Amino acid sequence: MALTREDVQHVAWLARLQLTEEEIDLFREHLSAILEYAQVLAEIDVSDVPPTATVLPMRNVMREDEVRPSLPRDVVLSNAPDKQDGYFRVRAVLDTGDEG
Amino acid sequence: MELYTLTAHEARELLRRGEISSLELTRAVLDRINQVESDVKAYITLTPETALAQAEEADRRFQEARQDGTTDELPSLLGIPLAVKDVISTRGIRTTCASRILHNYIPPYDATAVQRLRAAGAVIVGKTNTDEFAMGWSTENSAFGPSHNPWDLSRVPGGSSGGNAAALAAHETIIAIGSDTGGSVRQPAAFTNQVALRPTYGRVSRYGLVAFASSLDQIGPMTKDVTDCALVYQTIAGYDPNDSTSVNQPVEDVLSVLGEDIRGVRVGVPTEYFGEGIDERVAAQVREALHVLETLGAEVVEISLPLTPHSIPAYYIIATAEASANLARFDGVRYGYSAPADSLWEHYMRTRGEGFGPEVKRRIILGTYALSAGYYDAYYLRAQKVRTLIRQDFERAFEHVDVIAGPTTPVLPWPIGWAMENPVQAYLTDLLTLSQAIAGIPAMSVPAGFVDGLPVGLQLVGKAFDERTLFRVAYAFEQATGWGRHQAPLVSSGETQE
Repeated sequence: MALTREDVQHVAWLARLQLTEEEIDLFREHLSAILEYAQVLAEIDVSDVPPTATVLPMRNVMREDEVRPSLPRDVVLSNAPDKQDGYFRVRAVLDTGDEG
Repeated sequence: MELYTLTAHEARELLRRGEISSLELTRAVLDRINQVESDVKAYITLTPETALAQAEEADRRFQEARQDGTTDELPSLLGIPLAVKDVISTRGIRTTCASRILHNYIPPYDATAVQRLRAAGAVIVGKTNTDEFAMGWSTENSAFGPSHNPWDLSRVPGGSSGGNAAALAAHETIIAIGSDTGGSVRQPAAFTNQVALRPTYGRVSRYGLVAFASSLDQIGPMTKDVTDCALVYQTIAGYDPNDSTSVNQPVEDVLSVLGEDIRGVRVGVPTEYFGEGIDERVAAQVREALHVLETLGAEVVEISLPLTPHSIPAYYIIATAEASANLARFDGVRYGYSAPADSLWEHYMRTRGEGFGPEVKRRIILGTYALSAGYYDAYYLRAQKVRTLIRQDFERAFEHVDVIAGPTTPVLPWPIGWAMENPVQAYLTDLLTLSQAIAGIPAMSVPAGFVDGLPVGLQLVGKAFDERTLFRVAYAFEQATGWGRHQAPLVSSGETQE
């Protein structure tokens, strides 16, 4: 399963991850090797086998919808790289050109 | 005798009798850190001031309890120095995940496991090194540089909880907690002659553990001996409403089984755990360990877990897929590193591109690929189906045996630099610790002797929620062999490739 540079760049874009030219080449090589190794999974007959998402027998875990204490706003914002008037401050979401 | 060489249960007796104080014990550990840390590099962050304050508080409680004759009612780990892997949140103490992207992050709350250890009186001395976001086998993937194995400083201490393992072996802490997603407490314990337990999935709350792969992550104790492992496990195990995957059923008393004989215990030895990819010398040492179990009255039988080799690709697809989703939260907005950028998209791309190290990026890319349109069925869904078959492998085996045993790792600790140069081959060294995580069952590593001066671990695997049998067998083995009492020399045999 050989990946192309374009495959790696596409996936990096999906993951919002900027890669250097060297990283694209390196990861293309590594991921091709790993995916080739993963082909052993294709040898196993999994027809009629249900997937396991969690090992626990539990499904939805519900609780009463009660108001409980939460962290104060200044504590929540204490690690923020940029903040203003009690909000996280981000770059403009709209009008960022055609990329998004 | 140096106080820093004590186990927690030994120190506890001396503390209760007033023969030593927690301040003396904590100072001894902090002095020891000052003495050896430049060689070992086990810690990312040290907290000596708060540790000494907590120790003084512990001593006040000991003094009061001795006056009232109530020392037996004191919490189990009062005044005992503790190291916490730096992927586990500690309120007010920097928690970096060994990543540039969280280099300045200070959690506003404690992980439940940490909160329970604090309530039990443990004294936090620092946060230990790990592979970035616990992704690795050696601590080589740390933004803060690798830790060194006290048995040979030119080799890795394993990983990802390698900082804990190195700290324990060099006596830079008394007890530790780490996390295990595919072997990350067991493998470093094996590489450094320490004890570690990966509990049953759901047994210990993951609240406050920075998520790597949520269906696989578990917090577990790392200690100098089996009794300490039981003390820490008993403290952190149990239901937590803050973790919807924590299991609401009573925790069995594991301390009471220490010392029970193991006559008649059926020990299954999978053929695959001694097959392809296993270092012959490691295999031979573990066969001797199995012989010890036999002489103690256990019945050792050969079994087969045919899907063991398939656990590697199944694990790496499931774990990286979950990681790619979990690590989406690191966007430079709410915490951590934030790259300068003009637009929102550039800000995300650069923050994550500059904030994450190579192994984390490799895994995010692999996981995103496995979940992406057109590949989901072929990789992720298929891996989840193989996960079902791996669970069934174990269920069938446990119809005939009480515990499964074999080597913890297929190889000996490698020279620093090897996994960085050979990342794809390094994935294969996880062969023996992945399937238990995939199945969600408990597994433990205990010291089982040495090959050329390097430690070898015996892995014991149990049925879900049957930690008791693991502790019973592990303790019997430890008492019969005494391998864990051997002390690391803190010397280097070769050149590191740093």
